[in-house]
Amino acid sequence: MAQDAAAAIAVTPDTHGGPPPAVRDFQIVPLKGLPIVAAAVIGLVVAIASNNLWALTFFHIVGGGLWTGVDLFVGLVLGPIIGRMSIPARIEFTTKFMPKMVLLMPTLVTMTLASGWQLARHLGNLDPSSPNHAWLVASFVVVGIMATIAIGLLEPANLAVLFELKKPNPNGLRIARLMRIFVYTAGITGILQIATLIIMTRVSSQ
Amino acid sequence: MTTAAAPERSFPPIDKLADLAMVLVIIGGIYMAANLPGSISLVPAIVLLVVAVVVLVVDVVLLARLQDFAWSSFRLVAGWALVAYLVIAGMIGYAFVYDGTRGEGLVVLIGMLAVFAIAVPLLLGFSVARYQPTVRDPEPQPSQ
Repeated sequence: MAQDAAAAIAVTPDTHGGPPPAVRDFQIVPLKGLPIVAAAVIGLVVAIASNNLWALTFFHIVGGGLWTGVDLFVGLVLGPIIGRMSIPARIEFTTKFMPKMVLLMPTLVTMTLASGWQLARHLGNLDPSSPNHAWLVASFVVVGIMATIAIGLLEPANLAVLFELKKPNPNGLRIARLMRIFVYTAGITGILQIATLIIMTRVSSQ
Repeated sequence: MTTAAAPERSFPPIDKLADLAMVLVIIGGIYMAANLPGSISLVPAIVLLVVAVVVLVVDVVLLARLQDFAWSSFRLVAGWALVAYLVIAGMIGYAFVYDGTRGEGLVVLIGMLAVFAIAVPLLLGFSVARYQPTVRDPEPQPSQ
């Protein structure tokens, strides 16, 4: 399944002829999204500073739910679909989709982790005597692995693809290889998110 | 779009060393977070931090020695990533300070966050710049 997705931005030569490809005009970091990111970060700071249970729960559940959902959706649903698109469609999709991921994912991760830490502190789950403590440590390990994969592999591949697509003559093989890394790592983090779902539902039910 | 299988230029393991530095401070961070707010031995965390700093310094030296590199692309990406990751590291640090983490534990945590906030932009900047054309090695233009 992921192999289909890995072929996103395929290596197949464009045999249709026609004019040379134009340099794609798109923003790698969509500036219109920055106020939304700023609002989320400010809201997060207020939630932590006020230690408001509702606000902390909101940021943790909303951020975590979206993070998990996006990871699963991209890795296991969207990836294979991209793999079956035509080459121009893949490029068109990538130039519109990847910039949004550049803003969305770091924001969701920051929202989830910062509010989650404070929430655990607030509820006493960080106390070693808490029955949830071992589960939380397990979640730290899972998040650590996900962070390593996402920051160390997924995000560099994402940015490198976007910069490659900005070139007058993008390297199709390079883009295919980088997209393969992106989709594989998105799939792996998606699967790890299932572990997070198991841990978090356990924590919230005892 | 070019599809020929031209060999990619090889570089020192700058991305792998940045990954390693990041992994070391993430492990240290998990160790610290798993034991807070209680009093714990900081020795494992300090050892991880020192090794991470050494790895990062080696990484920066390797990067600085690169010849014919797309430095403008590196600066563009690493600069903005540094801004973003300073915000993220600041958020994490703020949560620890707000929760009363003080003393040597806080110093170690801030050190880890500093390594994190430098290693990630370095990694992102390098990952982009390695594929960008340089003065000596311009990429082909589209055929007319």
